[in-house]
Amino acid sequence: MAAPIEEKDPRIEGIASSIRVVPHIPKGGIMFQDITTLLLDPKVFRDTVDLFIERYRGKDISAVAGIEARGFIFGPPIALAIGAKFIPLRKPRKLPGEVISEEYVLEYGRDCLEMHIGAVQPGEHVLVVDDLIATGGTICAAISLLERAGAEVVECACVVELPGLKGRERLKDTPLYVLVESP
Amino acid sequence: MLLFKSLNCSSSHLQSPVPSSRFFPSVIVRTPRTLSIRRIRTNGSISMACTDDSRLKRIAASIRVIPDFPKPGVMFQDITTLLLDPQAFKDTIDLFVERYKGKGITVVAGIEARGFIFGPPIALAIGAKFVPMRKPKKLPGEVISEEYSLEYGTDKIEIHVDAVQSGDRALVIDDLVATGGTLSAAIRLLERVGAEVVESACVIELPELKGREKLGDSPLFVLIQAEGV
Repeated sequence: MAAPIEEKDPRIEGIASSIRVVPHIPKGGIMFQDITTLLLDPKVFRDTVDLFIERYRGKDISAVAGIEARGFIFGPPIALAIGAKFIPLRKPRKLPGEVISEEYVLEYGRDCLEMHIGAVQPGEHVLVVDDLIATGGTICAAISLLERAGAEVVECACVVELPGLKGRERLKDTPLYVLVESP
Repeated sequence: MLLFKSLNCSSSHLQSPVPSSRFFPSVIVRTPRTLSIRRIRTNGSISMACTDDSRLKRIAASIRVIPDFPKPGVMFQDITTLLLDPQAFKDTIDLFVERYKGKGITVVAGIEARGFIFGPPIALAIGAKFVPMRKPKKLPGEVISEEYSLEYGTDKIEIHVDAVQSGDRALVIDDLVATGGTLSAAIRLLERVGAEVVESACVIELPELKGREKLGDSPLFVLIQAEGV
């Protein structure tokens, strides 16, 4: 069970305890934070989204960028509630139009994240959403894409952080907000 | 003119009786030539139809068609531009929520990946759980799989074994239905674990690809039909 990061909000405990930990996925020694069990509890899912909405409503955020695929689950409800557009950031060759790509390093090899050209305009304030931040590699690639298009990433929001993997440091000056930490 | 059963017959499979004023027309979008919009007027009050017409028009106009993706000859219906229009995105979700709220739906199952965009807002609004239906090897826990045919070869769709139970009433969501291969696999998978698939809902249908026939008796509801593909 993941540990709550904000003791004060009573909703956090329910969220933390709804996340299932699956050992040895994707490989031995790793404890996978499975948010699908959170999604099976309508009240907890509602609370999760509400916590983000309460933080970002009225903050002049015009776009929410969600990272494929689990960022697609949490990003859109936030975007809809705060009146922002939703931008899917995708693996290569999924987006049909003209894209910009950002390559990033994995433990073994590289991967790539893409965004449609024209999805965001220079000067827009954007929130990046994913279910979890580990090393921060993917989220850094997302920030890069948006900044290359001239947008300002005001914050990154995740349900879970794995602080031991130092993703927060990798994000440098870009603020990170999470609901739950898992050691 | 094509008439679609899910639009103009009673929705008795949706637990409670639906008053006639809840039905509304869909929009046919002819691509790529003209964007002429033709109404299929079912029953319903004029004010409801007008409201829904303007919402549907905006939704239809927000969808971008990309020729020759993923391969030559295919006209790809790109919903990412719909998502860039907050009003159109809200209207899309509202149209589904108005149809499914209060119908005893306990599960919204979204097909990876674009079903993950439309499914969760609907699930949240109607108080249902959200179940992601995924490509192989993405879900970390124990899964149950259903294979389906592609043009060349096969693919699989998976859910966690404990996600859906016998007695669950399910709504399946994806952005688009083409041949119906993925959607019918999703329905079979949910039925195998004992759920009742009340309806499948998509933003767009490509009627020429006969997905509705592939679904057989399983009801399908869409907002937009796109022709000329």
